[in-house]
Amino acid sequence: MSGIVVIGAGQAAGQAAASLRQEGYEGPVTILGDEAQAPYQRPPLSKAYLSGEIGMDRVLVRPEKFYHDKDITLKTNTRVVSIDRGNKSVTTEAGDTIPYTKLLIATGSRPRILTIPGSDLSGIHYLRTIDDVDRIRVAMQTASRLCIVGGGYIGLEVAAISVTAGLKVTVVEAMDRILQRVTTPEMSEYYHKLHTSRGVNIMVNTGVEGFDGDGSVSAVLCGDTRVETDLVIVGIGIIPNVELAEAAGLECGNGILVDDHGCTSDPDIYAAGDCTNHPNPVLDRRLRLESVPNAMEQTRVACSNMLGGDKVYAAVPWFWSDQYELKLQMVGFSSDGDSSCVRGDKDADQFAVFYLNSGRVVAVDAVNSPREFMVCKQLYGKPADPAALADPEVELKSLLN
Amino acid sequence: MPTVKFIEFNGTEHTIDANNGESIMMVATSNLVPGIDADCGGECSCATCHVLIDADWRARLNPGSETEESMLDLNPDRTEDSRLSCQIVMSDDLDGIVVQLPEFQY
Repeated sequence: MSGIVVIGAGQAAGQAAASLRQEGYEGPVTILGDEAQAPYQRPPLSKAYLSGEIGMDRVLVRPEKFYHDKDITLKTNTRVVSIDRGNKSVTTEAGDTIPYTKLLIATGSRPRILTIPGSDLSGIHYLRTIDDVDRIRVAMQTASRLCIVGGGYIGLEVAAISVTAGLKVTVVEAMDRILQRVTTPEMSEYYHKLHTSRGVNIMVNTGVEGFDGDGSVSAVLCGDTRVETDLVIVGIGIIPNVELAEAAGLECGNGILVDDHGCTSDPDIYAAGDCTNHPNPVLDRRLRLESVPNAMEQTRVACSNMLGGDKVYAAVPWFWSDQYELKLQMVGFSSDGDSSCVRGDKDADQFAVFYLNSGRVVAVDAVNSPREFMVCKQLYGKPADPAALADPEVELKSLLN
Repeated sequence: MPTVKFIEFNGTEHTIDANNGESIMMVATSNLVPGIDADCGGECSCATCHVLIDADWRARLNPGSETEESMLDLNPDRTEDSRLSCQIVMSDDLDGIVVQLPEFQY
């Protein structure tokens, strides 16, 4: 009994389950995931799920019953070890062989792991899965000090939750500013000040050389500096899970290479989400994105095309991050801009930085400014007058005409 | 168990049993009601779960937050009936609520 097989049971797989049935496909769908849970959302893991504000029921992409009701075979705790393109089948760790007519690779990504002296001590955590967060939540109950390695969005979201929960939090960042990889010096400075004002100790230009401890971590070693701690969370980036695709001879290069239809170098194999490297016709270049909207939309497109459709994935990337009571919403990449302008008031924690290139809007970083975020989604790639964007007296709606 | 009646832009109706405490967005996505994308998963971050609810039903809902209002403000399909369905939590009081879906999510 062949059909559509999905490798991975993350957000893309959860969306694939819905999209395939919504598109009218009635054949077999099998989702194979190596985690114990049905597909769940990862963004809340470093936010409301970590804080305990929401539970598992709110994190699932769809209730477990959904897969049963829609006749979708969801196999959890099932790791795929190989893809046989000749026979059109996948083999699991347990030795089961599952045939496919079309395959969707949605293997996502995994945290970059530190391999330095002491990195195998207990008390050092990474944050990617719900099991990771459940362990961290237990550890946080008895810890009074937390050291976060890496000042990216994950690390800073965790810092916000932890310092609010009463922990003494230190963020150690190797570069000369937090969020260096993903935003401008101006935004880095704003977030640096924000976290410092809430009591987070941020150390930039600080590389981690090792961990000290007797069985369990008790200090992070950074050259001459020693950060005493009870708990460490490392957030230094992710690596796309391309190994299965690569071993099957599919073209890869900083992700699994797909075309604008989500198809890999094998016409019967599609891929979606964090694991892909895809062309973006709006930005006119290839991208590998670490983002939920990308996983969802690319999956919708891939599913439609697997069923004979002709859809092109051409979305402007967008992202969000919640820290404290601040909602950051981003469209595009600020690094695409050659100039910027600010609308709103940084001191009031309500502002948006618009980025333009040759007079056209290419990105926004909007803090507590949903209107500016929404306007940028619509203004993307269009010319705009920076003076008007920056002038709060000019209604945003008028810029859309 | 309260029900929600979704009406797609093309007129197709779906009457769905909802659980109390579930958002209308979740009721839709858990039951394959097309027309709601809900990309952010219910965090009021994306505005892709836009729905239209008439005045009589709207009067029974919790008022939208400032964030919700801001997210809706620039939606090209926005009307006075607009709400984000992730922000409406089902309860017995809302049994039978009628939810119209727009043609597109942005």
